[in-house]
Amino acid sequence: MNWFTKMFSSSIGQKLIVALTGLFLCTFLVVHAIGNLALFKSDNGMSFNLYTVFMTTNPLIKTVSYLLYASIIFHAFKGLHLVYKNRQARPVQYGMVNGKANSHWTSRSMGVLGTIMLVFIVVHMSNFWYEYKFGYIPYVQYTENMTTGEVSGMPYVDEMGNAKQINKKMEEYVIGDNKITIVKDLYEEVSEEFKNPLLVGLYVFAMFAVAFHLFHGFKSGFQTLGLNHPRYNQAIQFIGTWVFAIILPALFAAMPLYFFLVK
Amino acid sequence: MSGDMNVTLKVWRQKNNNDRGRFETYPVQGVSPDMSFLEMFDVLNERLITEGKEPVAFDHDCREGICGMCSMFINGRPHGPLQGVTTCQLHMRSFKNNDTIVVEPWRAKAFPVVKDLAVNRSAFDRIMSSGGFISVNTGNAQDANSTPIGKDNADMAFAAATCIGCGACVAACKNASAMLFVSAKVSQFALLPQGQPERKQRVLNMVAQMDAEGFGSCTNTGACEAECPKGISISNIARMNRDFIGTQLSIQKG
Repeated sequence: MNWFTKMFSSSIGQKLIVALTGLFLCTFLVVHAIGNLALFKSDNGMSFNLYTVFMTTNPLIKTVSYLLYASIIFHAFKGLHLVYKNRQARPVQYGMVNGKANSHWTSRSMGVLGTIMLVFIVVHMSNFWYEYKFGYIPYVQYTENMTTGEVSGMPYVDEMGNAKQINKKMEEYVIGDNKITIVKDLYEEVSEEFKNPLLVGLYVFAMFAVAFHLFHGFKSGFQTLGLNHPRYNQAIQFIGTWVFAIILPALFAAMPLYFFLVK
Repeated sequence: MSGDMNVTLKVWRQKNNNDRGRFETYPVQGVSPDMSFLEMFDVLNERLITEGKEPVAFDHDCREGICGMCSMFINGRPHGPLQGVTTCQLHMRSFKNNDTIVVEPWRAKAFPVVKDLAVNRSAFDRIMSSGGFISVNTGNAQDANSTPIGKDNADMAFAAATCIGCGACVAACKNASAMLFVSAKVSQFALLPQGQPERKQRVLNMVAQMDAEGFGSCTNTGACEAECPKGISISNIARMNRDFIGTQLSIQKG
């Protein structure tokens, strides 16, 4: 083995993989949450649908997204592999363990919390990512009056009312004063999916898992990287708790709830 | 010494490493609250011997909390309910009359049970011999003040060096990880000028030996730090991680 494989097959090296991919996934969550705020805009989903086109066509975003998928896979499988190996390090279990006396339950439940998240990611990606890429999403036509700035949206259909399709994600052209935008209506798909109370329940439940996973995971990642110092420990703890365990999961949970309760 | 406390012990009994082992229940009467936990076990063992039964094997040595030999997992926690003490410094006044107390050995693949509550911790010795030392010339010791050491570093090195190698960190960890022990032994030298010549090779060797012994990896639960009788900080684990990663990226040969 050369030094590189040796390093990443050591216990610390394997944790390093989990930490680096985990912290990278944390940065993704920030982008994902901020971008998806477009869902809350009352413009018939135009900004959200345009944001979706940007996210699926921009070459830089696309490159990062492949890195992201790889990180999810590495993080999940390395994490679960370590859970399995760590169980083997104690073949005979204790008759009585008082775990809460010495550690927070989230830190002892990362495998379970992570598995809930993995199941959620599969469901989430088949709901939207798969549908958008390979499934059928109807188009919507937005008409923007360029003098008044007024925007109206309607389904992209022919005279008979049958859904029409174009062979790309988006088309833009100008007729007189109006700018016409025809785009895949993922917003409509989102609002349809989130009429299902079971799915909304799963999404909200999964966000609790995200919150508890990141409550420990964010600061744990820094510890694994060796970044533990009184000068910034409090900042890491603060960001991990407020941003990653409270604000972000709450924002994400608000999205299905918004469609289920408000829309 | 006798008293008026009665306790019921649920003790792990295991003849040897091949035996499956089981809990056995022993009522112990007339316990003084001033007895140490080990003295209470002495009382039980005296009785078992007079009854012609096999006494409970357990590790102990100095009974002053400094040797690191005692190792009982009491009511789900290494060294029992108190913080910052070893089992020998735990007294029966920490328990209530008529309590049932569950006592188990350290449980880890790397710490095979020798008998009852005694486990083989020589995995720690092998980790130490893989790098937990510094090279010193023989002959007269040089003047202590000829090597300047910053107060902060000296304090942190001393704090790391208080590790008595009892293995409570491994026992407390859900992964049976030895990271706190190994990081204390790495840090006590990494912080001092005397530890620099072997610093890089030391961390590589000790981590490799730790992995080879079958300890788990670190989930950063902090259970080890909370249960350590000497209060070793998990900032040592971060230091070892830093040293390990930095060494991997910078060592000339290894």
